[in-house]
Amino acid sequence: MSGLDVLFLAVGLVTAGSGLLAVMSVRVLHAALWLVVTLGGLAGCYLVLGAELVALVQLLVYVGAVVVLVLFALMLTRSGGVPVVTSLPQRGASALVGAGTTILLGGALLATLGDGRAEVTGPDSTAVATGIFGTYVWPFELLSVLLLLALVAGVAVARAPVGGREGEQA
Amino acid sequence: MMLTDLPLLVEVALKAVVVLAAFLTLPLALGQLEHKLMGHMQGRLGPMEAGPHGILQLVADGIKFVQKEDVTPAAADRHVFRLAPAVALIPYLVALAAIPFSAAWVAAEVPASLLFVLAATSVGVIGTLMAGWGSGNKYSLLGGMRAGAQLVSYELPLVLSAASVALAAGTLSLTGIVEAWSWWWLLWQAPAAFVFLVASVAELQRTPFDAPIADAEIVFGAFTEYTGLRFAFFLLAEYAGMVVMAVLFTVLFLGGWRGPWGDVAAVGAMWTLVKATAVGALFLWMRVAWPRVREDQLQRLAWLVLLPIGLLQLAITAAGVVVLS
Repeated sequence: MSGLDVLFLAVGLVTAGSGLLAVMSVRVLHAALWLVVTLGGLAGCYLVLGAELVALVQLLVYVGAVVVLVLFALMLTRSGGVPVVTSLPQRGASALVGAGTTILLGGALLATLGDGRAEVTGPDSTAVATGIFGTYVWPFELLSVLLLLALVAGVAVARAPVGGREGEQA
Repeated sequence: MMLTDLPLLVEVALKAVVVLAAFLTLPLALGQLEHKLMGHMQGRLGPMEAGPHGILQLVADGIKFVQKEDVTPAAADRHVFRLAPAVALIPYLVALAAIPFSAAWVAAEVPASLLFVLAATSVGVIGTLMAGWGSGNKYSLLGGMRAGAQLVSYELPLVLSAASVALAAGTLSLTGIVEAWSWWWLLWQAPAAFVFLVASVAELQRTPFDAPIADAEIVFGAFTEYTGLRFAFFLLAEYAGMVVMAVLFTVLFLGGWRGPWGDVAAVGAMWTLVKATAVGALFLWMRVAWPRVREDQLQRLAWLVLLPIGLLQLAITAAGVVVLS
């Protein structure tokens, strides 16, 4: 095992462990904080695999923005500290679904790639840029239109009068 | 540099020590400058007792912080509360390691160092949120929420203005940006520089954007319950953040180590430090010059002023790049 292999194993274990803790935490806010560790660990995995651009974007977007919004929402609704009590059958069922997904995905990966070793070659940021803004520019633009639509719809939903005519609602 | 002749492990250890030393001394120097500069701007002397002209004031403050009791409130979420200062502080240490002070003076040469620094600094807000939540205090919670709302809003103009410079230079490497820089960028990138300066003051939660710690409204926001060293770590995080942002501004918009007499040995690093000190003094000046901005005004400024300017600057930069190439 080379140094990179050991590093990947360590980061992967941290990611998987914190992922498990994120699912099993009793308090929602603790789960969100474990999610921070999971997403950061995932960025570490990308970094070890040589995809430094994806790793940094993962850190900037998910850890720096998305989880911050999640934490913000939890603080706003005061639901972060309330213990979430789930029944034993529900826990068993979710464990079953989780294990099933893991086996399915892992099996699919092993079946397609086999036991052989794949060369680790992360594309540099120039290659990613030509891919997004050259080859795949239309899907990329369509995605941005979709996000814009979601945003406008969100504003429309938030501004819609809730029951009764406009002006009556406080 | 002779550093490259050393074994890798020794080189890495040496660089880590240098970065740590810079991380512990530069914020203190800026803090001392703040004491004296604010004093003179307000027609008073500032600290005068500890050492000649109060030069040891921050050392005395440090000794005071160490002596204080480390209190964890009974209602606090214990682990989250105690871990928060570290989460707030460490991202700036990581960011400082990737910022070049001159072409050769950079601890960690990362290919996309601009993105690296922005990504690292964006993690710091989680420390403030953890402090706000973990304290088990409604003022802390309010402060944490204000900080979260403010930092997410100002992240966008900050990244947009940095992206404009990266676009102009055609690279995400901070060293590459300084190499591509020429003096007329001062005009070309002026709107981006303005946006970056305002957004970075807001990211640091300093006056006039210090609504998250507004002492007259919510005591001291997320840091209300902290005492002793943990509180000192939050203060250090703020000043280290100022150092990181000032040097980053210098590298992005002021040509970093470019200046008369060429990049000879330490002269380049000296230019970076001189320019960064000027930017740091600007941060301090803003604190003295303006009152606190209200929460709604703060959001309005981010979304209705800074964001359009940032987008316009991106268009101007893109047009410039197309014309020039």
